[in-house]
Amino acid sequence: METLDFQFASAPVSRSAHTALCGVVGSGNLEILVQAGDQPATCQVSIKTSARGFGATWQAVLATFTTSHPAGGTRIAINDMGATPAVVSLRLAQALAEYRGGEQ
Amino acid sequence: MSQALVARKSWFEATARARLGGLLDAGSLQEILPPGEAQPSPHLAALDLPGAFDDGVVIGRATLAGRPVLFAAQEGQFMGGAVGEIHGAKIVGLLRRAVQEKPAAVLFLIDSGGVRLHEANAGLIAISEIMRAVLDARAAGVPVLALVGGSCGAFGGMGIVAKLCSAILISEEGRLALSGPEVIETVAGVEEFDSKDRALVWRVTGGKHRYLMGDCAGLVDDDIAAFRLAASEFLAGWQEAEPSLGELRASQRRLEDRLAAYGALRDGLQVWAALGVAQPESVPMLDRDSLVALKEGLPT
Repeated sequence: METLDFQFASAPVSRSAHTALCGVVGSGNLEILVQAGDQPATCQVSIKTSARGFGATWQAVLATFTTSHPAGGTRIAINDMGATPAVVSLRLAQALAEYRGGEQ
Repeated sequence: MSQALVARKSWFEATARARLGGLLDAGSLQEILPPGEAQPSPHLAALDLPGAFDDGVVIGRATLAGRPVLFAAQEGQFMGGAVGEIHGAKIVGLLRRAVQEKPAAVLFLIDSGGVRLHEANAGLIAISEIMRAVLDARAAGVPVLALVGGSCGAFGGMGIVAKLCSAILISEEGRLALSGPEVIETVAGVEEFDSKDRALVWRVTGGKHRYLMGDCAGLVDDDIAAFRLAASEFLAGWQEAEPSLGELRASQRRLEDRLAAYGALRDGLQVWAALGVAQPESVPMLDRDSLVALKEGLPT
């Protein structure tokens, strides 16, 4: 297992009282928990992944995501079981939409 | 019929949280120890494996058709729904709460291969604590209803737990047994049981077989709404009986008779023939309603 921690500057997302969870820690899948963070223009991401040595890939996927989506003011925790970058991006979008209060 | 198929939402394919969303009254679900508040498994972390925020089980309270219920739903996609220390402690805590709060029922959405082997003794102890807690809840008059229809079925210790519940509602896709097919094949050889033969696995452990044998109170379509309807109908007509030694002895006798009648048979097909099914080979293709009609027509 590898633990990775990142911080990205990102436009603030409308703050939400509740947390959002989506996905399952199953093969090729991951779960993402979005909670309110303490810095409004920063997205903090903490990852536990079963696949070692993909830090640069995670950084690239998350940097793209936090640039294209307003995700500032959140703390995102991820438990990963070998999800591909495409699955990670889709799940992030899903989790953030749920955090903002949208359906899925 | 075709409209029903279009609207159908598969229980088998859904996650634990999606099952709960469709099973319980909309907006009534209150999770206890939600992700972020509970601790993930320390044993998996010690083995350098990523855990899940809820350790593979969602517990809480809700209403079902207006009646207050407590629920526990196992997530089969996380480590095969296997029971670790925290996973087990959450279920035990919920069942103990049921003894105090006396809800109309505890709904137990089982989807598990049994003990989480990574957690060894902690997992085994967790299973035995769940067994005791299920019996304590029932002795306090709270029905515990098992719902089985997930990809992992109910195997190992969770197979025992399922049979300790007041009743089981199962889908054709659901499976219920003690040792899993691959365990039997590994221990006793492929001549004893071929775990790759999926049709055989379902003929021996699947929902239709369990229903025909009388192990499950109801056979349900693989549809979240069908589970909801079956669970609320079952609870409306169910009163938890006082535990009695006489009933235990009678049930022991039923099991002995069953072993004598079917113990030497090798396949569900042979068992169904012995039960009086005229065309046992047609059973796997029957839909739910036809199978229920078939069972009702069987000699008792």
